[in-house]
Amino acid sequence: MSGGPPRALPSTGPHSLRDMPHPLAGSSSEEAVGGDSTPSPDLLMARSFGDKDLILPNGGTPAGTSSPASSSSLLNRLQLDDDIDGETRDLFVTVDDPKKHVCTMETYITYRITTKSTRVEFDLPEYSVRRRYQDFDWLRNKLEESQPTHLIPDLNAYKKQGMALLTRVGESVKHVTGGYKLRSRPLEFAAIGDYLDTFALKLGTIDRIAQRIIKEEIEYLVELREYGPVYSTWSAIEGELAEPLEGVSACIGNCSTALEELTDNMTEDFLPVLREYILYSDSMKNVLKKRDQVQAEYEAKLEAVALRKEDRPKVPADVEKCQDRMECFNADLKADMERWQSNKRQDFRQLLMGMADKNIQYYEKCLMAWESIIPLLQEKQEAK
Amino acid sequence: MEQAASDPERQLQPAPLEPLGFSDPGLEAAVGEEAERSREEGTGDGMMTENNFWLKKIEISVSEAEKRTGRNAMNMQETYTAYLIETRSVEHIDGQSVLTDSLWRRYSEFELLRSYLLVYYPHIVVPPLPEKRAEFVWHKLSADNMDPDFVERRRIGLENFLLRVASHPILCKDKIFYLFLTQEGNWKETVNETGFQLKADSRLKALNATFRVKNPDKRFTELKHYSDELQSVISHLLRVRARVADRLYGVYKVHGNYGRVFSEWSAIEKEMGDGLQSAGHHMDVYASSIDDILEDEEHYADQLKEYLFYAEALRAVCRKHELMQYDLEMAAQDLASKKQQCEELATGTVRTFSLKGMTTKLFGQETPEQREARIKVLEEQINEGEQQLKSKNLEGREFVKNAWADIERFKEQKNHDLKEALISYAVMQISMCKKGIQVWTNAKECFSKM
Repeated sequence: MSGGPPRALPSTGPHSLRDMPHPLAGSSSEEAVGGDSTPSPDLLMARSFGDKDLILPNGGTPAGTSSPASSSSLLNRLQLDDDIDGETRDLFVTVDDPKKHVCTMETYITYRITTKSTRVEFDLPEYSVRRRYQDFDWLRNKLEESQPTHLIPDLNAYKKQGMALLTRVGESVKHVTGGYKLRSRPLEFAAIGDYLDTFALKLGTIDRIAQRIIKEEIEYLVELREYGPVYSTWSAIEGELAEPLEGVSACIGNCSTALEELTDNMTEDFLPVLREYILYSDSMKNVLKKRDQVQAEYEAKLEAVALRKEDRPKVPADVEKCQDRMECFNADLKADMERWQSNKRQDFRQLLMGMADKNIQYYEKCLMAWESIIPLLQEKQEAK
Repeated sequence: MEQAASDPERQLQPAPLEPLGFSDPGLEAAVGEEAERSREEGTGDGMMTENNFWLKKIEISVSEAEKRTGRNAMNMQETYTAYLIETRSVEHIDGQSVLTDSLWRRYSEFELLRSYLLVYYPHIVVPPLPEKRAEFVWHKLSADNMDPDFVERRRIGLENFLLRVASHPILCKDKIFYLFLTQEGNWKETVNETGFQLKADSRLKALNATFRVKNPDKRFTELKHYSDELQSVISHLLRVRARVADRLYGVYKVHGNYGRVFSEWSAIEKEMGDGLQSAGHHMDVYASSIDDILEDEEHYADQLKEYLFYAEALRAVCRKHELMQYDLEMAAQDLASKKQQCEELATGTVRTFSLKGMTTKLFGQETPEQREARIKVLEEQINEGEQQLKSKNLEGREFVKNAWADIERFKEQKNHDLKEALISYAVMQISMCKKGIQVWTNAKECFSKM
């Protein structure tokens, strides 16, 4: 991971991940049974990328064919590099194609991860591997351990098509040194905290509104499905009016179908993204809390030194280390926040424009249906 | 006013815009009772021809509604709504209209007029009145008779009723209808003086006939069946439409919440603020647009309701036919039995059981003089009966002919009107879709600027 601010500040330093074995290391040779299973990931020493010593288990074969981009881009985007204000990305990752694996000991799901990059660190332009939820969790933990000052996106799993249950937010908090109380948050971080609180609240409200709209639309749909056929029933007892009435019935049927598509879209595309952002902002709040802890620790240590009334002018090493840590954290966090804001702006622009689009499409379909029956209704019957 | 179609079968229907004057013998059978009555009432205040009422085009409008309080028949205070009826005659030459009459009527007077028309024109599909109480309402509409929206829609419905009567080739000539439009005071008394209530068929009699008639005209049986089905399907349609309106209202209104939350959210945003704020405004516009949309749809519902009530009018004509037919069958049956009695008396054979026959057997034969007397009485009765049967037959046939003619007229009117209603409904839907596209396009643009 490249550093956020232009000037790299010394951090607590990453641990070498070579020293940490992969949880699956011992059992890499699982027997794969079942029709649609794929070989489990092997452990190979991969080349590190970026300028940190991170090792990712890499396995599988480079992708022969390119994978289709996943429909919900936000969900599948794993941004591992900075992209502030329109910097060109050179690393693209998509996650899709969940597959079930049935083994003797357990059943689990793997996801296909397709990585495309022009970076020199990658041997090939494209990779395709399969990872399961455990692997994601492992990665996240490693990243947090090695980069505690950066925001690692919350590994939010939400209930959707077999994905695992929601992880508890605030995982990273367990890494915090406990027991120090912060006197007051600096203004700028307090402002961030307030913003995040309000933001989450508003998103929550929007979620409820969207759910309510979908509910009302579904009830409207139920009534429409009864309404249309009554015109058909009527048409059966009429002579000259039979065709016009039947036409109206068909028209209402088309509108019903269009409405169903709208509600499906909103449920599947709109709501999940909204919810991810609520979790995302909760993650940010936890990072803020972590930052507070670090500052508290530093202040406590500083106070302790002052109380010892030593007249040594030099500040003890561990206090200095603490201060460094705090400064680092603050800088990283501010950088992360900027990036988060930028992403958020883009994502919501896209999300809301998408919502508007779906509604426009719904109305366009209905418009077409009604306009097409006007000539039918105006038709004069030849024979009496 | 509508012109009656030239149709040999409808020769007995006078063309409209002719001056009233029942001198044409061809009209006698058709108008029958109404001609009698008109001639009776024609004395004194002059025939309608003097006023040239029907020579000019007239415009009728129910232009206002007003709340009134008064005392009812039991001297209790009541509140009711009165409607202003204005009649204008239109000069052919320049199309200018001159206000000729203007008076106030309440709903009960309209009901009285209609009841009268039903009795005197049983062969006509009499236009219905707008509903007395609000039915098929969706939740936002009030079911209160005093509610201004209901009163307004009723005003339109009453105007529609008067226009329908005025444009009917036969009903438009009715004196009582004319007086309804022109004579404010004393009209109720005038109507009651016709004694029409006495001439009305009892419901019980009509029901009895429906069950017992043996040979009604098949067309009327089918028509009755059709009117039942029409009533059922339109009721269903109106009920579901009301529920649809309810739901649609909910969908639109909930979007208004977006307006508020976007506004609140924009307060904490820097670059996104403006876009969110203006998008929120469009959501408010969207939410409030549903009120007008649904108000327009009420007109469509009212058009459907008119034909729902017309179904009842159709059924009334069918019932009248059944009644007349039953009457005829009973008269024929009675005549046949009398003839048989006569025959038995004359020939001395007793084929049917009769009390007289039994008593004769028990107590001895009657004298030839007695028998002659009885035969004579019977022969008189048979004669009378035959005359009656003839006239009933004629009446019945005339009724069928005239009724069917009006039914054909009604069918064409119905097809035309309902097609127009469907077209206007489609136009409403199109307008609603276009508005929706407009609002969401505007919102999308705001979002794009976030």
